Amino acid sequence: MILWWIGDAILLVAVIPVVVYLLKGVLDAATSIVPSVEKIASAAAAGSKDLDATALLLTTQDQVAKTVAGVAEYGGSLDVILDDAS
Amino acid sequence: MLIASIQPAGAVTIVLALVVVLALVYYLVATIFQLRKITNGLDEVIASVGEIVQKSAPVAAVVNDINANLDAGVDLLEGLLVQKAGLPDAVGLVEGLYPGAAAAGLRNFPDSTSVVAPRIGEVYTKGTLTLARLGREAPIAAANPAGPVLRNVEGGSLAARELYPDGRQTRPEKLPRSPVIGADAPVQYEQRDDIGAPRRRLPATAPSANDPNEA
Repeated sequence: MILWWIGDAILLVAVIPVVVYLLKGVLDAATSIVPSVEKIASAAAAGSKDLDATALLLTTQDQVAKTVAGVAEYGGSLDVILDDAS
Repeated sequence: MLIASIQPAGAVTIVLALVVVLALVYYLVATIFQLRKITNGLDEVIASVGEIVQKSAPVAAVVNDINANLDAGVDLLEGLLVQKAGLPDAVGLVEGLYPGAAAAGLRNFPDSTSVVAPRIGEVYTKGTLTLARLGREAPIAAANPAGPVLRNVEGGSLAARELYPDGRQTRPEKLPRSPVIGADAPVQYEQRDDIGAPRRRLPATAPSANDPNEA
C-alpha cells in the first residue's frame, strides 16, 4: 500500500508535469508557425501580384526588336553617308 | 459495490491517470487545430508560388531575346563607330560621352582597352568647330562661350548652306517677286495702240553706191 502511494506521488509530482510541459511545448511550436505561414502566404501573394507586369515584357521585347531594326537601318544609312576612317 | 471496494490509493491513481488523459486531449486537440491552420496557410502559399512560377516562366526567354537584340545593336553601333572614326577616335568619343568608359573598352574590340583615349576636342576639331559656330560657341571654339548665339535661328538653314558655297548660287536669299497682273494689279500698263494694226512700214531709202549687196 505504501508503494502504491509512492507511485501516486511520483505520478503527481513528476509524470504529469513532464507530460504537460512537453505537450505545451509542442502546442507553442505549432502556434508559432501559424503567423510565419500567414506572412509567407501574404508575401507570396504580393510577389505573384508584382509579377503581373511581366506581361509587359512581351511589349518591351517587341519594342526592342523594332528599335534595334531601326538602328540597323540608320546605321546602314550612316555607313553610306559617312566616309570610313581609313 | 465496486467503488466502495476501491482503496484510497487506487482512487487517487485513477484520478491522476484521468488528469493525464485530459491534459493529453487538451493539448493534442489544440495542436491539431494549429496544424490545420498551418496546412491551410501552406495551401495558400503553394497556390501563390504556383502563380509566381507560372508568371515567371517566360521571363527568361523574353529577357534573353531582349539581351540578344541589344547585343546586336551594341555590336552594330560599336562596329560602325570604329569603322567610321577609327579605334582611337572611337574610344575618345566614348570617353568624352561617358567619362571613365574608355577603361572598359569596346566590347568587340579587345585592343580598345590599351588605346590611350584622345581628348574629343583634339579628335573632331574641324567638324566640332563648324558645328560650334553654327550653334552656341563650344568651349573649344575661339570665341567667348558666354557670347551670343552665332547661328541665326530664323535663317539657320541658309547659314548652314553658306558654309558650302555652290559654284553658282542657285538659292539667292531673296528672289524677285512675281509681277501682279490683272485688272486689280497695282501697276496698270498702258495698252499699245499698234497691237492688232498692220505692221508699220519704214520709209524706203536709196541704196548707196558702196553697198556690196546692190551689185
